[in-house]
Amino acid sequence: MNSLYYQKRLSRNIGDKFFTSLSVICSLIAILPLIFLVTYILIKGGSQITPELFTLEPNPPGDDLDAGGINPALIGTLIITSIASIIAIPVGIGGGIYLAEYSKGGAFSRFIRFGVNVLAGVPSIIAGVFIYALIVSTKILFGSMYSGLAGGMALSILMLPPVIKTTDEGLKLVPNELRYASLGVGASMYTTILKVTLPSAFRSIATGVVLGIARAAGETAPLVFTALFSYYYIVGFEDLFYEMGSLAVLIYNFALEPYDAQNKLAWAASFILVLSILSVNIFSRILGSYTEKTKRV
Amino acid sequence: MEEKFTLFKNRKRFGIEKNIDIIFKNTALVLSSFVAIILLGIILVVFFQSFESFSRYGLKFLVTSEWNPVKDEYGAFSAIYGTLVTSFLSLLITIPLGVGTAIFITEDFVPKVVREIIGSFVELLAAIPSVVLGLWAIFVMEPFFREFFVFLHNFVGWIPLFSTEPAGRNSLLAILILVVMLLPIVTSIARDSLNQVPKKLRNAAYGIGASRWKTIFSVILPAALSGIMAGVLLALGRAMGETMAVTMIIGNSNAFSWSLLSPGYTISSMLANQFGEADGSQVSSLFYAAFVLMILSLVVNIFAQWLVKKFSLKY
Repeated sequence: MNSLYYQKRLSRNIGDKFFTSLSVICSLIAILPLIFLVTYILIKGGSQITPELFTLEPNPPGDDLDAGGINPALIGTLIITSIASIIAIPVGIGGGIYLAEYSKGGAFSRFIRFGVNVLAGVPSIIAGVFIYALIVSTKILFGSMYSGLAGGMALSILMLPPVIKTTDEGLKLVPNELRYASLGVGASMYTTILKVTLPSAFRSIATGVVLGIARAAGETAPLVFTALFSYYYIVGFEDLFYEMGSLAVLIYNFALEPYDAQNKLAWAASFILVLSILSVNIFSRILGSYTEKTKRV
Repeated sequence: MEEKFTLFKNRKRFGIEKNIDIIFKNTALVLSSFVAIILLGIILVVFFQSFESFSRYGLKFLVTSEWNPVKDEYGAFSAIYGTLVTSFLSLLITIPLGVGTAIFITEDFVPKVVREIIGSFVELLAAIPSVVLGLWAIFVMEPFFREFFVFLHNFVGWIPLFSTEPAGRNSLLAILILVVMLLPIVTSIARDSLNQVPKKLRNAAYGIGASRWKTIFSVILPAALSGIMAGVLLALGRAMGETMAVTMIIGNSNAFSWSLLSPGYTISSMLANQFGEADGSQVSSLFYAAFVLMILSLVVNIFAQWLVKKFSLKY
């Protein structure tokens, strides 16, 4: 009769308790530093934010107490990320369209899908090394060496795999009935893709693309020796062909400076970078879950 | 029969529409082959750039740790050793923590809302740029662990891994920041693969009287193993290629040491440090090191993909 009741002393129950507490401990060890990390960045960085930060140039590190602002790096990040997006989004979406709509699962498409996964695993610094060899050291871009343009190209290599992948997967989720209906009323293949399948996969593709952009905006390694860094305002179009600062490289450079003023600037830049990346992520997550719930097909 | 064909032939599209269709298809084809071109381009370019150094130093490059631009002597052993040691040791710490957390948020110990919040929080953390982690490591983690490292050296200093006086920036700190970086990856992939294990298996195990943890260890974890392994390998690839956070905290010293408490080097931190100012045969040697790193991460990645294909869940 007793055996129907829960017995604390039973070795299996003791073992269960032990492992449960072990997994709780693991989670605590894993999660607490992460929570601490985020709050620390937000508080420490947030307290450094001033209006001048957004308008001034950073002062060269030295004994002067005022570090200036991060305007050139902020604008530089926007420009470099835009260049990367302009290259990677059309190529990625076009490639994804081919994989999902045209390929019939043959050797070519299998190879490309494999290549996308491999390229996604290539260390980000290798993308920088590649662009350095291809563009910076050859001065192929009108004689300029380190440039914002080269940095954007390096980032576009990192953006390409996620964009292709989300396009491919987003299009595959579109039900075939839609394609049949469109082709059946006499639309050509490209009209079907542009007017029917792409729009119905738009939300999921957009989510993936936005996440890819956010990821690229925080990348540093490919920029360290392609875009380098600059202390000066970006004033005109020709600045694309010269060294360009970015928030990520600014954090890297100024974190290693021995001066407190520069370190503070690095914290402020991290705050802006982390806040924008996290809000983009949260926003696209909400958008993504909203899509899943309202999907009618 | 003949008549039927002419019927179809007469119903043709406007030539221009047909052409657009063909152009559209071929453009997409070209765009998709860009991936292959870039991938092969990276491999070829890095290989040819490293050729000069490769032909001069050969495989000796991999086993010596002299790095002297003045004497033109190059060997990347410390960097390669550092890359392997930091990534494997950080993974060793990450796996139990990450899988433990994943089990915690897939079982029903706490309400679903709490689990979902923890899960999405962990996923968000994967988005934090590594350079910010490096900044945090320099100013928060290093002071926090300073006393502990001294204690570690004093008590277990007889182990070669802790045999030197703790330096301000050292390999052990790099390993710890890598753990922080890898935890979100391993946790979220392990969680996904645990979630994919069908409910039936769990119910069957409970039905024949297995306790919760007996079920987890003998049924759920083996079923999710391939997914978890693939996630671990992806994390390993990430750890080997990780640059910024490691470069900022590892101390960047090419002198070889068994001790984790002394400054170290990894291939990627060597590249980040020296590429901007290198010239002459040093550039070629750096490309050689980059080539080694690329091969390491390619092998890990391809192995991970093979594993997923070979052992993916068959329920």
